[in-house]
Amino acid sequence: MEAKTLFDKIWDAHEIEKVKGGPSVLYIDRHLIHEVTSPVAFLGLKTRGLKVFRPDQTTATPDHNVPTTNQHLTIMDELSRHQVDMLKRNCQEHDIVYHDLQTDGHGIVHIIGPELGLTKPGMTIVCGDSHTSTHGAFGAIAFGIGTSEVEMVLASQCIMQPKPKKMRITVNGKLKKGVTAKDIALYIISQISTSGGTGHFIEYAGSAITSLSMEGRMTLCNLSIESGARGGMIAPDETTINYVKGRQYAPIGKDWDEAVEQWNNLKSDPDAVFDTEYTFDATQIEPMITYGTNPGMGVGITQSIPKTEGMEGSDKNTYLKALQYMGYSEGEKMLGKKVDYVFVGSCTNGRIEDFRAFTAFVKGRKKAQGVTAWLVPGSQKVEKQIRAEGLDKVLTEAGFELRQPGCSACLAMNEDKIPEGKYAVSTSNRNFEGRQGPGARTMLASPLTAAAAAITGVITDPREFL
Amino acid sequence: MAYDKFSKITSPAIPLPVENVDTDQIIPARYLKAVERKGFGDNLFRDWRYNRDGSPKTEFPLNNPMYSGKILIGGKNFGSGSSREHAAWALYDYGFRVVVSSFFADIFKNNALNNGLLPVVVPGEFLQRIFKTIEKNPDAEFEVDLQKQKFTILESGESVEFEINPYKKHCLQNGLDDIDYLVAMKDKIAAFEKTK
Repeated sequence: MEAKTLFDKIWDAHEIEKVKGGPSVLYIDRHLIHEVTSPVAFLGLKTRGLKVFRPDQTTATPDHNVPTTNQHLTIMDELSRHQVDMLKRNCQEHDIVYHDLQTDGHGIVHIIGPELGLTKPGMTIVCGDSHTSTHGAFGAIAFGIGTSEVEMVLASQCIMQPKPKKMRITVNGKLKKGVTAKDIALYIISQISTSGGTGHFIEYAGSAITSLSMEGRMTLCNLSIESGARGGMIAPDETTINYVKGRQYAPIGKDWDEAVEQWNNLKSDPDAVFDTEYTFDATQIEPMITYGTNPGMGVGITQSIPKTEGMEGSDKNTYLKALQYMGYSEGEKMLGKKVDYVFVGSCTNGRIEDFRAFTAFVKGRKKAQGVTAWLVPGSQKVEKQIRAEGLDKVLTEAGFELRQPGCSACLAMNEDKIPEGKYAVSTSNRNFEGRQGPGARTMLASPLTAAAAAITGVITDPREFL
Repeated sequence: MAYDKFSKITSPAIPLPVENVDTDQIIPARYLKAVERKGFGDNLFRDWRYNRDGSPKTEFPLNNPMYSGKILIGGKNFGSGSSREHAAWALYDYGFRVVVSSFFADIFKNNALNNGLLPVVVPGEFLQRIFKTIEKNPDAEFEVDLQKQKFTILESGESVEFEINPYKKHCLQNGLDDIDYLVAMKDKIAAFEKTK
């Protein structure tokens, strides 16, 4: 039998047909929806007079737009409120489970999927959001789709997709102290660029990957899209199975045993061929920070902003445009640069492990004056866990306050906007121009590096404090 | 989504020689709050097109009266980042029917094709020739022939063939979309479900 990659195995098990000279018709096990990319899809269904084909395979929650304070009150922003109301109404009309604000299942769509046990190995998962790649951490094919495709899934539980190429990224070795999954991801993107993964689906492998917790794996897979890849995945193992066990939608009894047996077979065959392969050494990675306006513009925190020597034409112009936006010059050191805002949260780093790491770092220290910090749990469950572990008290003593769950300043659709010209160290996923608010300047980093910036007010190597 | 059938377009082009144009630039998140697919063109490239006070940035190509047309020429890795289909809607709504680059991000490419906006991939060198042609003559016309899968610089007659999968080509030429196709095969999908 032909050797297959993990990706091939899952894809082939979900491919209903291949259109001649065209894409595959791929069956989708789980569809996640939110308020921003679904309304036009529901409208499309209505126009065509269609019903949702498999409502029990779609799960909804509002996250992109929602305020992160006073969630018990009516949403102030009229357009946001309208989108959230519309989602709720569409779900009622089509019998879709809807996790409303303030309820136990609410949160960022990519945080609640795994928490509820909706995300399981071997599945196909889509959502109208590019960071759907997060769910690949469980050994699933998960990727972001557009609204037309959301409508396809609602109408038929399928989408039409060309099969991507396969890439394997192997990271071997032991991570150094103070280096996290976020740093691995930013390091990889800095090496292969924001288009290095285009056309591919990534499988991450190697000892540095298998030693990551589920939270770390989710952070890494989440950022796959920032290299241009459709998604990223990690073969399920004991860590995966232990995480899924006992969750609300996890199988139980005999079904569980059967599922585990299947999941244990989900790995690439030893002689499977990938279209593209990269290998990196984990010991070479230091805490990362971005200096520019795409996630590939990152360096080790002790490094300087690369010089333009050897660049020419539109490469150079685009590079200089990015530095100009950031107010930086080539060759400058990143350490010591001023920080006005710190944002901890998002589907990239809004899980309990991220808040544990941040809290342990700031414990017994004080937030720097002049730094505004927004700590936004990824979900209700994360917020409850923070309180159950008493992390909130440690944070309060250090001068921080916790907000309520949502996407928040990651994309600044709600009120959480970084003001024009201000510098933010952010645990989120994109440092594009204006991403965190018009004119905002973002530096992407791990929760540890964010913590170091929050207590010093400047870019600081977190290892100095560990 | 309903869109105009695509056959052949002859038009001048608007140059945007910037690389990695992400979908947050094409349409910033704060303009994604509509629940209908209307009016996104007004906010296309919002923060590159307008100052904070709403006045146009005169140096931006879309505000430059020298440039016009239904074709946008972008730098490599066009459409990276967010999956928001609003980016394709905004380009279409503004009046573009073709985007040319040496390289498109995957999700953007799918979204464009699903909305009657043709992404044309040309070699990097040819892309630079297009930019130079417009630099010399902003009124220079280009021809995009979907049937022949050919992009031509009319002034010089230079042309390149571009790729598109036959199924998507058929959809664009006939204004069809994938949902029609999928809904028609529901029985097959239901039968597949039973085998899982």
